[in-house]
Amino acid sequence: MSAPALTARPPAGQLSREQLLELYHFMKLNRMVEEKLTNLYRQGKVVGGLYRSLGQEACSVGSAYALERGDIFTPMIRNLGAIFVRGGKPRDVFAQYMAKASGPTRGRDLNVHFGWLSEDGSMPSVISMLGDMIPILTGAVIAERMKGRKTVALNWIGDGGTSTGAFHEGFNLACVQKAPLVLIVENNKYAYSTPTSKQTANTRFVDRAAAYGCFGEQVDGNDVLAVYEATRRAIERARAGRGPTLIEADTMRMRGHAEHDDMKYVPQSMLEQWAARDPIPRYEKRLIAAHVATQEELDQVVARIDAALQEDLAAAEASPMPDPESGLDGVYADRSVAPPTPLLVVEWESRKGRG
Amino acid sequence: MPVLTYLEAIRLAMLEEMEKDERVFILGEDVGIYGGAFRVTAGFLEKFGEGRVIDTPVSETAIVGAAVGAALMGMRPIAEMQFIDFIACCFNQLVNYAAKSRFRWGGGVPIVVRGPCGGGVHGGPFHSQNPEAFFMNVPGLKIVAPGTAADAKGLMTAAIRDPDPVIYLEHKFLYRRIKEDLPEGEMVVPIGKARIARPGKDVSIVTYAAMLHVALEAAEAAARDGIEVEVLDLRTLLPLDEEAILATAAKTGKVIVLHEATRTGGPGGEVAALISERAFEYLDSPVVRMAPPDTPVPYSPPLEDYFLPNAEKVGKAIRALYEY
Repeated sequence: MSAPALTARPPAGQLSREQLLELYHFMKLNRMVEEKLTNLYRQGKVVGGLYRSLGQEACSVGSAYALERGDIFTPMIRNLGAIFVRGGKPRDVFAQYMAKASGPTRGRDLNVHFGWLSEDGSMPSVISMLGDMIPILTGAVIAERMKGRKTVALNWIGDGGTSTGAFHEGFNLACVQKAPLVLIVENNKYAYSTPTSKQTANTRFVDRAAAYGCFGEQVDGNDVLAVYEATRRAIERARAGRGPTLIEADTMRMRGHAEHDDMKYVPQSMLEQWAARDPIPRYEKRLIAAHVATQEELDQVVARIDAALQEDLAAAEASPMPDPESGLDGVYADRSVAPPTPLLVVEWESRKGRG
Repeated sequence: MPVLTYLEAIRLAMLEEMEKDERVFILGEDVGIYGGAFRVTAGFLEKFGEGRVIDTPVSETAIVGAAVGAALMGMRPIAEMQFIDFIACCFNQLVNYAAKSRFRWGGGVPIVVRGPCGGGVHGGPFHSQNPEAFFMNVPGLKIVAPGTAADAKGLMTAAIRDPDPVIYLEHKFLYRRIKEDLPEGEMVVPIGKARIARPGKDVSIVTYAAMLHVALEAAEAAARDGIEVEVLDLRTLLPLDEEAILATAAKTGKVIVLHEATRTGGPGGEVAALISERAFEYLDSPVVRMAPPDTPVPYSPPLEDYFLPNAEKVGKAIRALYEY
């Protein structure tokens, strides 16, 4: 697969065959990486938690695919697909989950908590606290505007994350400033075990757009082309100086909050209903029906991904764990941090060594 | 040699850096049209325009968050807390984003978060606090607290140019009460360096910010009794200038740590622990903390006067240590 295209994006109806297949590639890549991570998790090789985005791949891939060169984005825990669309490497993700020195944070942080700064398009690293990236990305695009650039930022938040103060403060500032920010509220029905009905008295999240005075749109979050098109329109408006858009994507979290969670609190009928709307088989059927690709061609996409991932996985597994003392550097740009052993103990041990 | 107040020194440092470096900008509540609640940014909007002097909603998390995002994109934002007490509202942005970002993924966050701290002006529990100790336990942050106009200017310049997040505590009691002749042009006071404000050989006072002046007043009074007090102005609280603290402890063997933050878990404990670990053999008395009691800052003058250290109380401590 080629590097992600970062040129101006056409309306969904005008996507080329290559682009339509690229969307398929990224959704499958998203899912297959997570399947491999699940195996690693069960083998005890993922030393922290594992957070799946099963069933939500279209939300990440369709939206990130609408970004252009130089645009900024920050994925949340269930937006792994967006990272791949923007050039992130599965090998890095495997190494990060396994806490390896070769991972993008050298073993310092977990899962999708990494980032990069680049003229091609930065990914400021996310943190665990929900909503906090909204003011940060708002500031990032305000800074870009000061430099005379038309950079747009894309961020996601879950139904639970909309309850935070940072969501309100950040999104309100973005709207007041008419900052070029696109915010996708992925309504996946549960925040850990808490249903949306216990999160807010108005579960129509798109209504918040009116409250903040920005554009609002609802989209079928399990339809990758619909997500792409809604995001593309929002990005176009943002770039034209018309301010933020809040997009509510209707979707469903098909696994527990993390892999330890059996999510017995979700009714079985609900899962069955949503399984029928799985974004990947839906898109496969559509590609085949529209004669974009045959089943054999789609199978080949999958085979190519699988071969590449086997290699990535082997490389990540073979790479070393970090040197313990490497964790002392990089707290400050210009100052080192003292090791944990008190000086007195160091001196005492060295005296003892001399006899 | 212009004579500047502490407040004017802060303003001038920001003004000079904004003139020199277009990456520097200001955001906060009422910083533009009104020029800041204490008028620290008066005239900035007219000079630099709305693009670089941004009046924000009443949203400390958004203010610091936006500063963080802009810093990641290469800017040098200065975020104002209208009163430093409100920094509690954006604790998460500072502690979980700004402080940890470089360590986690290499994203440096060169922001300055500044605001008026301190008591003595009858501001009550929410307009008088000294939050330095909240943040001293946060790796990745730097904290400065100038006690003179020269340091106010030099530390602000250093803070703006620093590659990491700096909390700049400006003491509102000093804003217009102290004035100094400052040299024209650039002044940089390095972060992490203390200064001997008064040399002495009998007792040391380790202090900073408004308490520097209390210490100097008490030292002057003690000198009349023949006691030579050394006053060390820390200027930076994170990182502490360990060598300067150890040097004064070794010199006098008797140390008072004086500050306006409350006692338990305050900066004094850290200074005392450092001296105990590394200058134990030089000590001739226990290290003493002079700090307010563990209560919120009260409003009524008799209550606040009782709460705050003053030269008389410090004088008693000097005498006790001298005679120990």
